[in-house]
Amino acid sequence: MSAVIASPQAASGRGYFKSHLRDYGMLLSLVVIMVLFQVLTDGVLLQPLNLTNLLLQNSYIVVMALGMLLVIVAGFIDLSVGSVCGFTGALAAVLMVQHEWHWVPAIAASLVVGALIGAVQGWFVAYARIPSFIVTLAGMLVFKGLSLALLAGQSVGPFPVQFQKISSGFLPDPLGGESLRLLSLALGVAAAAVLVLTEVLARRKALAHQMEAEPPLFFGVRIAAFAGAMVYLSWLLSTYKGLPNVLVLMSVLIVIYQFVTGRTVIGRRIYALGGNEKAARLSGVNTPRLAFLTFVNMGVLSAVAGLVFAARLNTATPKAGMGFELDVIAACFIGGASAQGGVGKVLGAVIGAFIMGVMNNGMSILGVGIDYQQVIKGSVLLAAVFVDVYNRNRV
Amino acid sequence: MGDTLLEMRGITKTFPGVRALDNVNIAVRPGEIHAVVGENGAGKSTLMKVLSGVYPSDSYQGEIHFDGQPRRFAGIADSEELGIIIIHQELALVPLLSIAENIFLGNEPGRRGVVDWHQAHVRTRELLERVGLREPPTSLVGKLGVGKQQLVEIAKALSKRVRLLILDEPTASLNERDSEALLQLLLGLKAQGIACILISHKLNEVLKVADAITVIRDGATIETLDCAGGGISEDRIIRGMVGRDMAHRYPQRTPKIGEVFFEVRDWHVFHEQHADREMIKGIDFNVRRGEIVGIAGLMGSGRTELAMSIFGRAYGQKISGEVRMDGAVVDVSTIGRAIAHGIAYVTEDRKGAGLVLDDEIQRNISLANLRGVSRAGLIDEQRETEVAEEFGRAMRIRCSGVRQRVVNLSGGNQQKVVLGKWLFTRPRLLILDEPTRGIDVGAKFEIYSIIDELAQRGESILMISSELPELLGMCDRIYVMNEGRFVAELNVADASQERIMRAIVNAEDC
Repeated sequence: MSAVIASPQAASGRGYFKSHLRDYGMLLSLVVIMVLFQVLTDGVLLQPLNLTNLLLQNSYIVVMALGMLLVIVAGFIDLSVGSVCGFTGALAAVLMVQHEWHWVPAIAASLVVGALIGAVQGWFVAYARIPSFIVTLAGMLVFKGLSLALLAGQSVGPFPVQFQKISSGFLPDPLGGESLRLLSLALGVAAAAVLVLTEVLARRKALAHQMEAEPPLFFGVRIAAFAGAMVYLSWLLSTYKGLPNVLVLMSVLIVIYQFVTGRTVIGRRIYALGGNEKAARLSGVNTPRLAFLTFVNMGVLSAVAGLVFAARLNTATPKAGMGFELDVIAACFIGGASAQGGVGKVLGAVIGAFIMGVMNNGMSILGVGIDYQQVIKGSVLLAAVFVDVYNRNRV
Repeated sequence: MGDTLLEMRGITKTFPGVRALDNVNIAVRPGEIHAVVGENGAGKSTLMKVLSGVYPSDSYQGEIHFDGQPRRFAGIADSEELGIIIIHQELALVPLLSIAENIFLGNEPGRRGVVDWHQAHVRTRELLERVGLREPPTSLVGKLGVGKQQLVEIAKALSKRVRLLILDEPTASLNERDSEALLQLLLGLKAQGIACILISHKLNEVLKVADAITVIRDGATIETLDCAGGGISEDRIIRGMVGRDMAHRYPQRTPKIGEVFFEVRDWHVFHEQHADREMIKGIDFNVRRGEIVGIAGLMGSGRTELAMSIFGRAYGQKISGEVRMDGAVVDVSTIGRAIAHGIAYVTEDRKGAGLVLDDEIQRNISLANLRGVSRAGLIDEQRETEVAEEFGRAMRIRCSGVRQRVVNLSGGNQQKVVLGKWLFTRPRLLILDEPTRGIDVGAKFEIYSIIDELAQRGESILMISSELPELLGMCDRIYVMNEGRFVAELNVADASQERIMRAIVNAEDC
């Protein structure tokens, strides 16, 4: 209600923090939870072995959360991801073990089937206009049943060694470090350096164009914390077996999806679709096709997660994937996505997934029973969303 | 009589950082129709929320007297108990419930939670008779038109023994005939001793029924005009609203009309759900370069359906006919193609279909032309900001910055954002559907100026409006539409409100 278009001022510290509370709040919560469990478990949480396990345990949730975030931002939901994850893993297992396929075509077949499943569900949602809740609830039942049928109720395994390496493998170390995997450490340091460099460049560009930018203190602390954490974690991992292959895969996917949602035309259109479908359509966005594609994408990522999970267990079981959809959806909502669509961030969903993961892991170390673990996780989900909604209404 | 029914004295209400109401005074006599006018954002709605108890009595300063007694309302229930009932612009009816169920919602007759539906229906019938609505009490509200829904709201108010009825923009979405009926009903209620506060932008309607007019500007009472003696003109009211004389409500235009640019031939469209209902029955028309062409017609005559079907088949099915630009047939079978050919459609439903409300101004402005701010699928946010700021300045959008979310803007500024979005697509034919609905006089003038400027540059403009003065003030040529056909074409020099209405009525008689 002030003058006609003022050029954005260099934000003051407090005002900036308030308007970006949600972004920082998420990160702070993760740090607080990690510190809490680090203390409660007497330092077990961040032991290299446990840290490696924690990453492996949560990789498939994170991978699916990336797709789920797009689905939720577009204004939909996908309840079938757990079943699809199990089914595609089972399919790869049957092809490799019973039909003796090479692992490469088996992986390709699983990914294609994942895409097809996403396409079928996406068609019903986008073109037949059936609510996604119903379509994917049906999909959840169908694919749970199909994986049972495919595996004939048995566990199928073990897999070729190369396939297992997806999950159990670590980056090789040509530098021959004995107690310290130098390549892994170097990669971690390099990634941190790239992060610092891109952030500094982006900030300089923004300032040059007088766009709103973080106050220097926030920027410095945030970048230092991020880079420091990356170096520290990769050092920890390097003292064990190095960076897990899955971590590399996951990181690459996170970077890609962060980029797509934040910088590309298609990403922007997904936000518009979820924010106001009619307005998006009248602005020339092919909304049905976009909705369809978000489901195809979800199907592929479910298949990736299915392969990672099967490789990790070295066997495909009929129970694989059960209940994953709940963790995946919870990760997105803890990460600040809105159930109405149009709102949500990739990094939020990733942080949300790790908040859940650290709690799972930490509580297991502490010997909290599976019963109360669920109670606590449910409460955290509700509390996170409550705080989020409360803050939004107050502003 | 002659005393006051309601008196609000020295009402001051502040929100964090803003003083929404500043020492507002208003007095309503029993059985009086009292209009409250003012530009959007002047504080009318806030004042009514204070009166109806939406803002509890400890959240503002000032006094409310009703029946000569000081009153303090803690919530809506308190004001309703005294018979102060507000009907909001967005109607609060449940579309899937019947008329009777809606009227008695929250106030069901019966005992111990068991509803006496017989009694409810009998009383509903009485109430419907009083408001002149001939519908069975069992009809679903969603099946009724907006005008009839309005009447159901009033019947609901009557069921609560209303003494002071507050109507917020009741005729904003009604056609001329329904508006007239509603105004007559208000006069009828007045005869029964029910007072009414009428908030409206339509000054001609205000002058028709009001006994007194209170003008509010920037949160303060400017004046109260007594209409008893007559002699109050629209210009007189506008002077109070904007604080200066508005010599012209429309910009002075010097049309520079060129060749025929846009042409539609033999256009047929069928209803989106009912494939056998023909909505547009063979329409031919054209728009020249630099020309502003108006489409007049009652609501439901097919104006919006015509515009949207041309705009990439955004409405309808089994569409036939051809669209030509510069004489050549063009393919506008999808919205993307229509936009690529330089057609832009500014929707009548600003919030529902025009804006992503929760999103920033700059992201709304770029949405229809993301290519214009991106390279190889990558968005250049700096370019996006520059574009938004450029339009923000040119169109005088009042905001704290282009990163402000549009939901926090006033109606007029939201409309400018929608216009900005379409101007950024560099349209050659701009279709405007009710471009000034629900926005204040000052913002209207600014929007008219933008439209005129575009026509000056030689672009073609097609303007749909329910406000005939607006069409007469802005257009060079007006098509009159009725039941899916164009029934008359008038040059603005020959056109008048009477001639347009006569064309519609004549067509209906045939």
